[in-house]
Amino acid sequence: MTDQVSVRAYIGGNKVAAAGMTISLALIVLAIVAPWIVPQDPLDQSFLSAGQGPSAEHWLGTDSFGRDVFSRVLAGARVSLSIGIVAPTIAAFAGIWCGMVAGYFGGWTDRTISRSSDLLMSFPTLLLGVMIAAALGPSFQSAVIAIAIALFPRFVRLSRSATQVVKREPFIDASIAAGRGSASIMLRHVLPNIGGSLIVALTLWIATAIRLEAALSFLGLGAQPPAPSWGNMIRDGMSDLVGAPWPAACAGAAITIAVLAFNMVGDALRDMLDPEIDT
Amino acid sequence: MIAYIARRLLEVVPTVLLVLTLVFLALRVLPGDPAVAALGEFATPAAIETFRHKLGLDQPMWRQYLAFLSQAVMGDFGQSMVNGTPINALLARSLPYTMELAAAALLFGMVVGVPLGVWTATKRDGAADGIARIFALLGFSLPDFYLGVLLLLAFSLHLDWFPMLGGGETFWDRMHHLVLPAITLGLVMAAFIMRLTRSSMLEVLRRDYVRTARGKGVAERWVIFKHALRNALIPVTTGMGIYLLTTLSGTITVELVFSRPGLGQLLIGGISARDYTMVQAGLVVFAFFVVVVNLLTDLLCAAIDPRITLR
Repeated sequence: MTDQVSVRAYIGGNKVAAAGMTISLALIVLAIVAPWIVPQDPLDQSFLSAGQGPSAEHWLGTDSFGRDVFSRVLAGARVSLSIGIVAPTIAAFAGIWCGMVAGYFGGWTDRTISRSSDLLMSFPTLLLGVMIAAALGPSFQSAVIAIAIALFPRFVRLSRSATQVVKREPFIDASIAAGRGSASIMLRHVLPNIGGSLIVALTLWIATAIRLEAALSFLGLGAQPPAPSWGNMIRDGMSDLVGAPWPAACAGAAITIAVLAFNMVGDALRDMLDPEIDT
Repeated sequence: MIAYIARRLLEVVPTVLLVLTLVFLALRVLPGDPAVAALGEFATPAAIETFRHKLGLDQPMWRQYLAFLSQAVMGDFGQSMVNGTPINALLARSLPYTMELAAAALLFGMVVGVPLGVWTATKRDGAADGIARIFALLGFSLPDFYLGVLLLLAFSLHLDWFPMLGGGETFWDRMHHLVLPAITLGLVMAAFIMRLTRSSMLEVLRRDYVRTARGKGVAERWVIFKHALRNALIPVTTGMGIYLLTTLSGTITVELVFSRPGLGQLLIGGISARDYTMVQAGLVVFAFFVVVVNLLTDLLCAAIDPRITLR
């Protein structure tokens, strides 16, 4: 009985993973080719066609400036997904190294790195993002930096605790005895062993980063208009929800689908690789 | 225990100092002169000089820093750079709106999330599992402000059941304004709390004392609520601090959706108006909440599980 349930859950997990992976890849491809396939210029205003519902000409209607919502959602995917993928990747790169160094060397190095990342971690990601974006001034770059800093301590913690486990393995002692340097041991022996859990975490944090980027640009702290991002489309749409509900509704649906897809991949990978991972 | 409390309280001091310093520096290293931002591009040099003098911006950096520190510690944030209103008055007016939203959302999250978690942990068939999975995935994927926009469209614009804008004045009016924002944030919280309750319940239900209770012939309902839930709720309770902070930061976007005159609106308004003193005050207040809530959570955890104090 229990076997049957776990087998079903496993296949279910794989289906979820496959669906999530397909949607995520499709979104990334769409974002890359967006400039060539948008049916209309996403910045082109026309007051004659403002606030229309979906039609053959405008698949998802128009916003209150008469801009084509479908084209804007596609163009917005470029901004939202590039921030959503680049920022956690930067955070992962920096965080993994800091975490490995802390976990490998221990002592005061560990204390300094852990204390500072714990301090950052005590702030909710959105609040930290708002604080940093407020300090840097609203722009595309500051959204990337804000999100990267907000996610950085999560990777430090994960890679530090994973490194501490690996460090106790005999092959590390063997490498030290063989005279290998610390950096080389971390790169050759520690990193490959903690890589799996870090990839799961990265996928899940990409989902969070897309949501964070949307929240920041909704607050006016991310990519600046007229360039469309999903978050600032909702922000724009708020001013005329009665006349033109389409931009806000479609941009929000796009955010939800993207976040859902990356979450599905991450969840399924986590179930398959290691149910114990705590992100 | 007393030693632990003292140590934990002492740790707060460097944290607060560091946060205040970062807030101060962040706003000073920014390109752009706040005086020019407040008075406009075409202000005369004399007017800018007067403005800088009035706000102490012509003082050396270390004096500004000391003045800022002593004011922040005393809880006096000066006046708005843009319109000269005392910031403390603005904070006093907007704080209640943020507090009532965070409290209502957290309450909603607990009331919905805990029973759902228990139900999906005990009824481990397809339907309950599916509901748990979908609810959790949606809770983590649907941005709270988008949910707010959808609720606003449906229940304020089309059905006209709830007011669209503002925070309300009299008690019932405020409650009426609170419903949609609280549900918006509360549903997301409910998903978090459900997932935590569920995994904690599943963990506890495997324990020996639950098997013993069942073996003794204790009724299943009694086993779940008396033996399992009480223990399963410990991580849920200690996780409250994280929920509270997540909810608090969630109020920033939700306030903007529903145009509630809260703390988040002040902060975001300050950022877009380049009102440096306002931004400073908003950031300090939010950071203050983070530090206090973390402190209280740690003390609560120590009270529930005294082993923590020995670390």
